[in-house]
Amino acid sequence: MSGDLNRREFLRSSAMLAGLAVAPGVLLYDLAHGKDQPASSSVRWGMLIDTNQCEEGCDDCVKACNKENGLPGGTGPADEQWIRKVELKNIKTGKITSLPMMCQHCAEPPCVDVCPTGASFKRADGIVLVDRHLCIGCRYCMMACPYKARSFVHEPLHDQKPEVPRGKGTVESCTLCVQRIDRGENTTACAEACSKAGHKAILFGNLNDPDSEVSKRIREVASTRIRADLGLDPGLHYEGL
Amino acid sequence: MKRLQAALLAMSLLISGTVLADVSVPHLDIGKGGHCVNDPKYMKLNHGDLLKRQRTITVHQGVIGRYSLIRCVNCHASKVNHSVLGTNSNFCQGCHVYAAVKIDCFECHSSRPETVSETLREVAK
Amino acid sequence: MDALQKARRETRGFYLLTMLGALIVAMGLASAHYMEEHGHIVTGMNNQIVWGMPHVFAIFMIVSASGVLNVASIGSVFGQKPYKARAPLSGLLSIALLAGGLTVLMLDLGRPDRVIVAATHYNPTSVFAWNVLLYSGLFAFVGIYLWTLMEKRMNAWSKPAGLVVFVWRIILTTGTGMIFAFLVARQAYGTAILPPLFIVMSFAWGLAVFYIVQAALYGWNGLELDAAILKRMKNLLGLFVASVIYLVAAYHLTNLYFAKQAEFEKFILLEGGIYPLLFWGGYFFLGSLVPLFLVYFPGMGASRHVLFASLLVVAGSFCLLYVFIIGGQAFPLSIFPGYEVMSTFGDGQIANYTPSLPEILLGIGGLGVAFLITTVGVRALNFLPKDE
Ligand code: HEC
Ligand code: HEC
Ligand code: HEC
Repeated sequence: MSGDLNRREFLRSSAMLAGLAVAPGVLLYDLAHGKDQPASSSVRWGMLIDTNQCEEGCDDCVKACNKENGLPGGTGPADEQWIRKVELKNIKTGKITSLPMMCQHCAEPPCVDVCPTGASFKRADGIVLVDRHLCIGCRYCMMACPYKARSFVHEPLHDQKPEVPRGKGTVESCTLCVQRIDRGENTTACAEACSKAGHKAILFGNLNDPDSEVSKRIREVASTRIRADLGLDPGLHYEGL
Repeated sequence: MKRLQAALLAMSLLISGTVLADVSVPHLDIGKGGHCVNDPKYMKLNHGDLLKRQRTITVHQGVIGRYSLIRCVNCHASKVNHSVLGTNSNFCQGCHVYAAVKIDCFECHSSRPETVSETLREVAK
Repeated sequence: MDALQKARRETRGFYLLTMLGALIVAMGLASAHYMEEHGHIVTGMNNQIVWGMPHVFAIFMIVSASGVLNVASIGSVFGQKPYKARAPLSGLLSIALLAGGLTVLMLDLGRPDRVIVAATHYNPTSVFAWNVLLYSGLFAFVGIYLWTLMEKRMNAWSKPAGLVVFVWRIILTTGTGMIFAFLVARQAYGTAILPPLFIVMSFAWGLAVFYIVQAALYGWNGLELDAAILKRMKNLLGLFVASVIYLVAAYHLTNLYFAKQAEFEKFILLEGGIYPLLFWGGYFFLGSLVPLFLVYFPGMGASRHVLFASLLVVAGSFCLLYVFIIGGQAFPLSIFPGYEVMSTFGDGQIANYTPSLPEILLGIGGLGVAFLITTVGVRALNFLPKDE
């Protein structure tokens, strides 16, 4: 077994050396880097949000998202908000519920249907994104989104994070921390922060894997999707609503 | 009239002269050094197309590739001002001013190398 | 000598008008540049009111662009002589208004520099993308139609060309209505009544615009509109205005019928401040009732009454579009039915919108584009309607 491994290692390093000889430096990056498989539809990223665990007034998830994605965190009408805390009061029972609201990563996203250039798109792994190289800033997707999940960048930006480019005149929204996923990580900034705060209200994972924690829990507890009546099959599930 | 023409001619020569001086073949600050992601001659000719192809692949398929813009910036940012832009000796700006090419990439993309992010650590390995 | 003087005066007037148009266009372009430089932060639009004043102007022009063709359609397709004499002007106005509207839409984009992407990357499921085709098609078909009218050898083809234009523009206005009808999640928009509503609106607004331009041309040339033709046009205008009232009423009544929309109707029609005011005072009273009075009431219906009525119809259309587009977004989206909602992102709250000068100037600049094209077109092509 170990001999086998060694041999594979040897083959790999000699291949690498050969490669280095042919094209100096070219292969270094490709080998050093983890993920070279394209996003695949065997994965569907999603979340289960347990509103019973979500604490009223806590906005650690929002802060973490802003930090991760380099958002300034303003809450004026023209400021970008990828995730927001919503406080709900049931009109009949008076019960107060608190939950984080963001792009629901629909399987049938209306924003994708209406986008004239195809800049709004759904990745094979279910993440709904805006290709900001194609976005012309018409804002039709914002009109179409039933969740008001999208923001338009109203001002020129400076000092964006290298991994999270953003810019004036284009529409953006929650990416499920795609930069983390593409590095092979398995959690989003908001879920991580929520766990850190001890609430564990946000469970992130692969909905297509029946053995993932999130899939198991969705099978066990009663959960709903927001505006399920629209039939958009969102990737975000909510518990306790 | 003749004199006016001559004066105008002299003036335009002067102006174009200074403009030319401004954009004469720049001495580019290559940045950190090492080996480029491909043959520099090849890069010089094709980097625009390579970057644009790369961005589609990365954004739509989630594959971080050889021609990642983050990597170019990480290597080519000047050690003086830590950027690929800013002055006409900075790598991307200097050559583009010379070649009269306009790009909008850095309205969104950072022109400075990442300092803390994971990717840097990965690439540095 | 006299004729020469007249021609001179005319030329001077023409240049004056052209300069005025160019000035308005320049102001619009300057505003667009300012918006592009600073971002949409310098407009009243934000993440709640996503579409604002530029869209009010643009949709007015695009809807009217289809409506002015009515005059041509009645002439060519239905063979009515007085309308046929007006067909060239009608076609020209259509192109002018469409160009004006599209200019505004384009310059309001977050990235107007990328407008070419709309042609190179085409998403076939997008109503917006369909509209791009419909608009280009209208330019082409109206162009061909004008050619068949002007070129003697092609005259025989003017009827089929007119028919194509007629069908195309009905589809186009349906497409414009569908931009909104497809927004199922929004209380104000997701309803199938919008395409027919947009079609009758186009009839009324287009005819009003046509009448205004015709009156200006006749006044300019010291001509008097034939009484029989005046009567026909005014009756048609009255009919269209009444049809719009009917469909607007149907739109609100169907909304009221669905219990979950009742809150929205209460907002738009009663409690929403500026929106009920514009709806009842602007659209319904000034933009519909008064024009109907001016057109139909005994003793009314002279050409100046009809001109005034047309101007009011146009003003009323802006009020209606403001209520429809901006009021429709100001009312909070129903994301959590059965709950009172609070958040940092305006959930559960009425959104505020104050239009800013640049976006209004951009819209007016679009009207300037239409004005300029019309002025130059009428003079260059001699499109003054002539009745034998
Ligand atoms: C040695 C000169 C040179 C340097 C250095 C250089 N470029 Fe370029 N670049 C050009 C030239 C010349 C063109 C235009 C020809 C072409 O498209 O290949 C161009 C084109 C481009 C384009 C395509 C523009 C378009 O609209 O098609 C992009 C993107 C680009 N460069 C990015 C960069 C970036 C990023 C850097 C810095 C990492 C950089 N370039 C450094 C010379 C240079
Ligand atoms: C309007 C903002 C915007 C502009 C302008 C823009 N990009 Fe991007 N770019 C992005 C975003 C957002 C991503 C997605 C990052 C992700 O998914 O992690 C991205 C990703 C990329 C990537 C893949 C990630 C990486 O760094 O390798 C490349 C390559 C890229 N862009 C190249 C370009 C080039 C070249 C230009 C200029 C011609 C450009 N971009 C202009 C926003 C922009
Ligand atoms: C590992 C560091 C490194 C990375 C990463 C890197 N380069 Fe380079 N690049 C260099 C060096 C060093 C040179 C100079 C080579 C020489 O002139 O011998 C160079 C040369 C070039 C040249 C030719 C400059 C000239 O004056 O002819 C271009 C263009 C270029 N790089 C573009 C890019 C682009 C675009 C990227 C990102 C896709 C990139 N480079 C990534 C190190 C790097």
